Amino acid sequence: MFKLVIFPYQYWKGNRDMEMPAPDQSIIARKARIVDRLRSVLPADAVIEDEVETRAYECDALTAYRCPPLAAVLPASTKEVSEVLKVCHAEGVPVVPRGAGTSLAGGALPTADSVILGVARMTEVLETDYDNRFIRVQSGRTNLSVSGAVEEEDFFYAPDPSSQLACAIAGNIAMNSGGAHCLKYGVTTNNLLGVTMVMMDGEIVEIGGAHLDAAGLDLLGLICGSEGQLGVVTEATLRILRKPEGARPVLMGFDSNEVAGQCVSDIIKAGILPVAIEFMDRPCIRATEAFAGAGYPDCEALLIVEVEGSDEEIEAQLSRINAIARTHNPVELRESGSAEESAKIWLGRKSAFGAMGQINDYMCLDGTIPVSQLPYVLRRIGEMSKEYGLDVGNVFHAGDGNMHPLILFDANKPGDLELCEAFGADILKLCVEVGGCLTGEHGVGIEKRDLMVDQYDPEDLEIQMAVKDVFDPDWLLNPAKVFPLASSQERRIAAE
Amino acid sequence: MRPENEAAMAEMVKTAAGPLRVIGGGTRDIGAPVEGETLSTAKMSGVSLYEPGALTIVAGAGTPLAEIEAVLAAEEQRLAFEPMDHRPLLGTSGEPTIGGVVAANVSGPRRIQVGSCRDSLLGVRFVDGAGRVLKNGGRVMKNVTGYDLVKLMAGSWGTLGVLSEVSLKVQAIPEASACVLLNGLDDVAAVNAMSMALGSPYDITGAAHAPVGVDGHPVTMIRIEGLEASVAYRAEKLKALFAKTGAEVLVERTPEKLTAGWKWVRDAELMQGGAGDVWRYSLKPSDAPQVVADIQEQHPEIKVLYDWGGGLVWVEAPAGTDLRRSEFAGHATLVRASNATRRAVPAFQPEPAPLVTISKGLRAKFDPRGILNPGLMG
Ligand SMILES: Cc1cc2nc3c(=O)[nH]c(=O)nc-3n(C[C@H](O)[C@H](O)[C@H](O)COP(=O)(O)OP(=O)(O)OC[C@H]3O[C@@H](n4cnc5c(N)ncnc54)[C@H](O)[C@@H]3O)c2cc1C
Repeated sequence: MFKLVIFPYQYWKGNRDMEMPAPDQSIIARKARIVDRLRSVLPADAVIEDEVETRAYECDALTAYRCPPLAAVLPASTKEVSEVLKVCHAEGVPVVPRGAGTSLAGGALPTADSVILGVARMTEVLETDYDNRFIRVQSGRTNLSVSGAVEEEDFFYAPDPSSQLACAIAGNIAMNSGGAHCLKYGVTTNNLLGVTMVMMDGEIVEIGGAHLDAAGLDLLGLICGSEGQLGVVTEATLRILRKPEGARPVLMGFDSNEVAGQCVSDIIKAGILPVAIEFMDRPCIRATEAFAGAGYPDCEALLIVEVEGSDEEIEAQLSRINAIARTHNPVELRESGSAEESAKIWLGRKSAFGAMGQINDYMCLDGTIPVSQLPYVLRRIGEMSKEYGLDVGNVFHAGDGNMHPLILFDANKPGDLELCEAFGADILKLCVEVGGCLTGEHGVGIEKRDLMVDQYDPEDLEIQMAVKDVFDPDWLLNPAKVFPLASSQERRIAAE
Repeated sequence: MRPENEAAMAEMVKTAAGPLRVIGGGTRDIGAPVEGETLSTAKMSGVSLYEPGALTIVAGAGTPLAEIEAVLAAEEQRLAFEPMDHRPLLGTSGEPTIGGVVAANVSGPRRIQVGSCRDSLLGVRFVDGAGRVLKNGGRVMKNVTGYDLVKLMAGSWGTLGVLSEVSLKVQAIPEASACVLLNGLDDVAAVNAMSMALGSPYDITGAAHAPVGVDGHPVTMIRIEGLEASVAYRAEKLKALFAKTGAEVLVERTPEKLTAGWKWVRDAELMQGGAGDVWRYSLKPSDAPQVVADIQEQHPEIKVLYDWGGGLVWVEAPAGTDLRRSEFAGHATLVRASNATRRAVPAFQPEPAPLVTISKGLRAKFDPRGILNPGLMG
């Protein structure tokens, strides 16, 4: 089973006070009645209220922040979700939708006065249509098992977050998740055709379907990435694609980050679109070598570039890519000649987070920058690392500029954590400064809530909150996320 | 009104006394006719940032599409989604702008592979109906910071805000391209053949079918693009794949012919200059032939063109007939018709009640006075 040990992220924040709104005591006082009402619309085993059992829902993968919910419900159909929401709406109880709880941003973190609405029991495949190239599933189905359901026909669902074994389509839609192959195939929003969604008042809406363009406003595009604040997605129509004939990576080592960054830019400019371009810097290379022994060269920066197609097509693409790489004097250029060699090239990259976790506690960031700023940003991070006295490893999707700097620190050393947090915030601000953004794929949740003011002016946030007003006028759905608490306070209080 | 910068535009919207008819080049005159003072973005023009190595371009909303395309072509790049030129179909004149492309979420045959304009759109700046200058998204490829208003603005036809600046992801122009042609297939067989192609591992970038092609016979077109070695290989594979359809299969490699052929599809040239109304159906490909057959039964003289593997159907029919069908999942848009018809028949298919409520609610937030292209989308 999927284990989160590769993300020792949780240790860094310890058990700090959660900056969440104080729970509404009047709701907590009505717990028995609320639970009774939920039981009247759901099977007995679908309502969890026991304090020991609700602990299973006290956090997502941002485990530093924990709080058991008032209750958790596990409906099995859109109809049941609707019934649950009607009850919560009538009772004025906040609802936190939950997929598999792998959010790294605290998106699924409950409050003591909220009901967790988990879609984990909704895992059915509803329709598979190869002629029209879509699959319709209940939203609790895991990402990997969507691909699994169409594998026998050699099809797959393209967005592939590293958490794909565990995470649910529901969470993918809410966070607009990406994956290693999104350079070619896009992220969730580019592969989502339709949803069935239940509004906070229980109304069931259908948006999109097996056809391509929206009839009116692009509400589907708005839902995707809305972090569970606009409605509860219960079913999804997803685009499926035929698998490529084959895929092969090449590994290249360079003696500076700048040169590697330049090589990425040159490959893209040359008109070759690899499915993935992954980047690792020296601290990461060293750590993974020690941890996984993938046989990586000892160099400053390393790229893994993967291309797809038939053998001949792969050869043609790799020869172009290698020619570009050679103009940058690589210290190593290693093309995979077999499945084992491919696996070995990917081994280090895939175990990078785990390897870094072996050395120390770390914090993983998720900012995006324009690819052209890569050398500058890496240099600045290096300088800041010296100023803060904390090491950083960089491993990320270089093709699209989505960085995952890992800041190392020692949780047992007083003050180190605060230092690390300040450093992290500075890196994200740097991302914004060079024309990028705070989060490329993990979402805002509670984690980057307060940094939103660095990317957006108050009016930009105001219009987003106004969108939530339309879908959820009482601010009951996942209310304390995405927006700085101070910005959303008036609305949340007015709703109480 | 032709503001030269965002601040001036905001002031004009803020102080507008009545409805505004928002236009870029005014070449995509679709939807219910709008009465109001014209606000043109034409002067908000120019490419402010272009990074070929990052595949991104940022430009004022009024920048001519032709200028964007020329700037990109100089670096052997292009807009991936292949926006159609509506002028010859609608009989409009003027200079299409990039803001208009975004506002109308225009795309072309390559939509089946790379998505529509909204999928390439990275960020927007706009002035909402209250005169506030707002932004969303940015210029990077991956961005989940806050709600995705970028998608919402694409295809909102100027009813939520007046775009001032857009940033887009672009694509390198591949070195080679080919079109596999199948002659003589009926509509059902053609959609099946296109599904076969789109379900293959060969990265199809265009799949169209004309029941009556340029030479009067049915032709089905399958496009592949990429490195020369790849295109040659895939063309052969597709030929072999189509052998079982029984159709005559040819491969077209002449660049001029390829460009002309796909422009013919993109711009619905078959229906240019005609007197009929033009409808555009977005539906499930396998439903398309039946929908067409149903319409044909009542109106045998219609002209038909299938794009997107059958997911998009263009129909030219006698003027003034409401060709909306409720029996299929999807929707129809009335793209060309007289003003009178466009007043009588909603150009955009009315949505189910709950979605109408949401859309109305959103409009009330973005345009509280209801002055931006009022009624255009219904
Ligand atoms: C080891 C690891 C690796 C990861 N790698 C990646 C990666 O490569 N790329 C990437 O993008 N992310 C990655 N993530 C982050 C995470 O897996 C994604 O954000 C994922 O999409 C969350 O899915 P989930 O089902 O676990 O959602 P949850 O954590 O349960 O919830 C996430 C958000 O979705 C909302 N939500 C859940 N269900 C619904 C619903 N039915 N309707 C509406 N809203 C709902 C929640 O309220 C919450 O805001 C990784 C996480 C881990 C732990």
